This record gives sequence, C-alpha cells and structure tokens, in this order.
Amino acid sequence: MQDAGRLLHDLFFDYTLRTVALGAMALGTVSGTLGAFAVLRKQSLLGDAISHAALPGIVLAFMLTGAKDPLILVLGAAIAGWIGTLMVMWIVRQSRLPEDSALGIVLSVFFGIGLVLLTYVQREPTAAQAGLNTFLFGQAATLVVEDVLVIAGLGSIALALVALFWKEFKLLSFDREFGGSLGIGMRRVDVLLTSILVVAIVIGLQTVGVVLMSAMVVAPAAAARQWTDSLGVMVVLSAAFGALSGVTGAVASSTTTGIPTGPTIVLAVTLVVVVSLALAPRRGLVWEWIRHRRNQRQVRTGAILTDLYALASQHADRAHGHPVAVLEAMGAKRGGVRRTLDVLQAQGLAKQEADDSWSLTVEGARAARAVIARHEGGDE
Amino acid sequence: MSAIDVEIQLIAVAVAVSCALPGVFLVLRRMALMSDAISHTVLLGIVLAFFVTGDITSPFLILAAAATGILTVALVEAVHSTRLVKQDAAIGLVFPALFSIAVILISRYAGDVHLDTDAVLLGELAFAPFRRLEVAGVDVGPRALYVMGSVLLLNIAFILTFYKELKLSTFDAALAASLGFSPVVLHYVFMGLVSVTAVGAFDAVGSILVVALMIVPPAAAYLLTDKLRWMIALSALLGATAAIAGYWVAWLADASIAGSIASVAGAQFLLAFLLAPERGVVAQAVHRSRQRVEFAQLMLAIHLLNHEGTPEADRESREAELHEHLRWRPDFVKRIVRQAERGELIERDGGGRLLLTPAGREAARSAIAT
Repeated sequence: MQDAGRLLHDLFFDYTLRTVALGAMALGTVSGTLGAFAVLRKQSLLGDAISHAALPGIVLAFMLTGAKDPLILVLGAAIAGWIGTLMVMWIVRQSRLPEDSALGIVLSVFFGIGLVLLTYVQREPTAAQAGLNTFLFGQAATLVVEDVLVIAGLGSIALALVALFWKEFKLLSFDREFGGSLGIGMRRVDVLLTSILVVAIVIGLQTVGVVLMSAMVVAPAAAARQWTDSLGVMVVLSAAFGALSGVTGAVASSTTTGIPTGPTIVLAVTLVVVVSLALAPRRGLVWEWIRHRRNQRQVRTGAILTDLYALASQHADRAHGHPVAVLEAMGAKRGGVRRTLDVLQAQGLAKQEADDSWSLTVEGARAARAVIARHEGGDE
Repeated sequence: MSAIDVEIQLIAVAVAVSCALPGVFLVLRRMALMSDAISHTVLLGIVLAFFVTGDITSPFLILAAAATGILTVALVEAVHSTRLVKQDAAIGLVFPALFSIAVILISRYAGDVHLDTDAVLLGELAFAPFRRLEVAGVDVGPRALYVMGSVLLLNIAFILTFYKELKLSTFDAALAASLGFSPVVLHYVFMGLVSVTAVGAFDAVGSILVVALMIVPPAAAYLLTDKLRWMIALSALLGATAAIAGYWVAWLADASIAGSIASVAGAQFLLAFLLAPERGVVAQAVHRSRQRVEFAQLMLAIHLLNHEGTPEADRESREAELHEHLRWRPDFVKRIVRQAERGELIERDGGGRLLLTPAGREAARSAIAT
C-alpha cells in the first residue's frame, strides 16, 4: 500500500516517471484512436509493416544529421514508413500478389535494409548510437521531455485531423462507394488517413519499439470494438485503453530494471483485450457461454417434460411412476436426466414416486402441453 | 575464400532454400504473415524449454519451438473463430502477446545466458560457423549447417510426399475435403513444418530474415510463372542466389549479412515486379500503350470510312485538321497516322489528304460490325 502511494507520488513529482508516463499516455491515445480505423478497415497488420519499414528511415535520418534529435528521427521514420505503405498499395494494385504477401515483403525487406544501415551506425562509438538500439524493443526510461513534446505535438496534430475529417474517415471505413458518390475524393481521404496512421505509429517507436508497435494499433481497438457498435464511442474507448496500457506498461518497466517497455505495454493491452473478449456486454464470451447453457437447460427440461407426458398418456393412471432408465432410453444419449428431474421437482412439475420412478404433477402436465403446443406452432 | 566463407554461404543457402519451399504455400494460401507471427513466437517455446532443460543446445528446444508455432496457429484460429475479431486482427493480437512474454522472460531471468533478444531478432550469420558440431571429439563442421541441412531434407521430403495433397488443399480446399484428405490435419502438420523451419533458421539468421526468405522469393516466383512446380523451383533458386549474393554484398559493404540477404531478395523481387514478362509493371504498361495505339488506328480508319465519298470528306481527312475532329493531341495524330501508314491501313494523296487502303477499309468495316 505504501508502495502504491509512493508510486502515485512519483508519478506526479518524479521527473523521469512523469515524463515517461506522459509520453506513454500520449502515444497510447493516438495509436488507440487511429487503430480503431485500421481495425475496422481490416488493416490491422499494416501497422506491423509500417513500424518495421520505419527502421531504415530512423537510421538514415541519424546518419545524415549525426544527431539524435527526436523530431528528425521521427520524421525519417515517417517518411520511410510512408514509402513502405505506398509500396504495399502499389504491389497490391499492380500485381496478383495478395495483400498479406505485399505486407510481408515490405516489412522484411525494409527492415533488412535498416539492419544494413544500422551496422554502419553501430561501428561509430558515439554516445548517441546507443539510443538507436532502443528502437527495437523500446525503452521508455530513455524518454526525455523533448521526446514527449514531439509525441504530444505530432499526436495532437493527428488527433485534430481526425476530428476535422471525422465524417470523411467514417465514410471511408464503412461505405467507401457512398462517399465517392457524394463527390468526396475517397482516394485522397484514404491517403490522408493512412498518413496519419503512419504518424501515430512512428511516434510510439522509441517507447514501444519497432517489433511490437503494431500491437498498440490493433489491441486497444479490438478491445474497444467489443463494448460498442458506435464509431465515436469505439474511438474514445480505444484511445482510453491505449493510454491506460501505455502508462501501466511504461511505468512498470521503468520502475523495474531490465524489462523492456514494449513487451510490458503489450502485455498490459493484451490483458484489456482478454477481459473485453470475455466480459463485454452482449458480445462477451462469458455471456455467450451462459446464454448457451441456459438454452441447453431449457431444451433438456422441455424434452423430459414431454417424454413424461407421452408415457403418462399411455397409462390409465396418470400418477403411475416411470423409471429413470426409460427416460434415459427415450432421450437418446441425452445426459443429465436425473439432474433435470431434480430441477423439475423443485419447480413442482414432476414428482418422485417410490423405487426411483417419476410422474408428472398436474402443473407438469399443463407445462408439457404448453411445450408441445409451442413446438407444433413452431413447426408450421 | 576461406573455409569460414564457404561455411557461411552453405548455411545461408540451406536456410534460404529451406524457407523458400514452405514459403511458396504460405504465399499461395494467403498466410504469408503467419511466418512473421511464427518466427517470433517460437522464441517463447525456446525460452520455456530452456528453463526446463537448462541446456541451450538441447534438441528438445526445437520440439518446444515447433509446438509453440502450432500453438500460435491454433490460438489465432481460436480467437478468429469467436467471430469477435477479424483474422488479421487475430494475428496482430496473438503474436505480439506471446513474443512479449518471451522477451520479458529472457530479460528478467535469462539475462546472462546465450539468449540475446537482439540476436534473436537480427541474427548474426557471421557467428554461425563458430558453433561447431563435434562427434566423438572430432569437429565435423558448423552445427547450424547440420541443423539446416536436416530441416531442408525434411522440407523436401514432406513436399515430395504430400505434393498432390498440398496442391489440392491450397487451390481447392473444399475438393480436397470431399476427396477424403483432411485439409485441417495437413494444415497443422504443414504449420508445424513451418515452425521447425523458422526455429532452425532463426537461430542462424534471425527472425526477420526468416520472414524475408519465406515470403520474398516465392512472391517473386509467383510473378514469373503459373506452374506450381516451376514456382517451387524458382523460389528455391531465387532464395539461394539471394543468400550467396547477399553474403558478398555484406562482405563488400562490411554490413549485416542477414540484412544484406533480405535487401538482395528485395531487389530480386523489385526486378521481377517491374520486368516480369506478361505480369511485370513494364510489360503491362507496354501492353496497354500498344492496345491504345491499335485502338486509335482503328478509330482513324473508321473516321475516314464514315466520311468517304461525302462532301466534307476533303476537310475531314486532312492530317493537319484531324486533331480537331478526333479530339486528339496533334503529336498523337502524327504518331497514329505514321503507324497506320506503315501498317498499310491508309495512304496519302498528293494534297495532304488521307485515304483508306482496301485493307484499312476492311479493318474499319469489321471493327464497326463487331
């Protein structure tokens, strides 16, 4: 408890921790927002290609300027990521290769080129080159105020553009043809949204790393999708999930030595996804399972009721008991007969006679007739 | 060329061909990015098996890695089958999560053993020859060469044995199922093979080069041929040449071998993409412009035919005025007229007018008729 209080105190007053938390929150918000569109447009894996494609841009920017100015590195990353994206689109349009192959080609070849360039940088023992390695897995602890300003500045521009072109982006995601028929240049809107996605990805690279940044695009959005059917709510939720897991992961990794930030953030956001998949109202797997169980139980009690009713109607004495074995034989392989009978007895619909045989009560017979009537009604 | 150079190139070629063979089917089955996912998540299997055995060279590690590869495929399909997320998002959720667990485990508990996350990702082929295999105390060569050689043989044997089944389930899964093959079983066995290949290869070259070698050469081959057999052979050839050329590029530029091989494979793909006969960007552009010129010649012939023998024929058939009638740019008119003359569709009279030849008249008539 004291630790938690201490952490909270540091979060506001410790310079490093505050910087890291703010940076991670900003990047989580932006990637969550843009990720919502990417996931809806089935571009989940484009993020993976963009973040890998950014590597040569980062290294080249560093080699050309010789400085680890965050704005310049981000700019280099954005240009390379953007070229990579255009290459993917070009390959898909001009050849018969499926999109996933095009993504894989751009991802691995750009990254390979980045590796070649990286060997040159690593040969120079400057202090700044150490920072470049953090781009692989991310190291939130290396964030300084300047980095956070770049993240927040570019992120704000990205968010402002999303707000400004909200209607166009919504059309693009759901009904591109309709947008085109309204006279909106959908191709230009597409390029704009994809470019903003590139920005959202490259500003997170230093914190989360090239390898795992794509998860920051996919996961918050996939989680948010479970809770709502409205784009507006989804975007806000996705941004919130992104920010939350960004802060959690970044703080956890910068207060524990030896844990890279990217994986920590990814695990945090994966947890959000798992909870969402399981518990989101209506769509959640747990509710789905409960619904399924309830249906099954209803079907089972209905079947036993009608079986008992059928047996009773062949007997002069309605109160005559019928053994469990007969009921089990009637409901071919249907298990849980005894349990269902107990449920029926508790509801006052069936009654246990001596020597483990069962009969319907008056209410039970009425209920059975209702079930039969419903079935016959359904058959018509 | 020293013995080490030769050994590195042999390993590189074995890796490249081993990856290209299953890669062909990954590309054709639209599962290219599963190679990306698997080549990352096998790390988790390696780490867990390492914690159990405490031995980095244990063959148990390869088995565990292959199992994680299959687990990845199964998890992606399980997540997708909830119908709560789409296929691509399912991949994007599963593999970063598994990979993150692996990276955290390594950095937390295995910091000082030979499990370096950078090396896993980037690979360093140059070091591969230094890990030797010794049989009864005798050095018989680099370990990676034996590992990759075995993987290569395994891949070749698998594809030869199940060629028909693989082909059928790739191009027509429904038919395969109705003929009594189980595409599902074959699918999982195949993905297991991809995992074994990935784990064998990434120890030597890093996970990103695995992705490059599994996708890029088959994608280039796919643009060059329509026959599956040829595509397999070409992929293997492209992979092997990229491996050797990449090695020498790295040597000349004194740079990362894995990165150079990926770059050369990328260059190969770019060449195929631009220059492939029929399918290449250039071939298609040439084809389109040829069609445009042929179409324009016909338009010209039809125009002349329409006005043949009419009072305005004199005006309508002057080359200098054609651009206004046909709404073409003057230089385009000049080019088309020259082409049509050479093709003997039209001829000139002395007064700057164009006349149809019998062949030109016939071409115009049949074009109108169709």
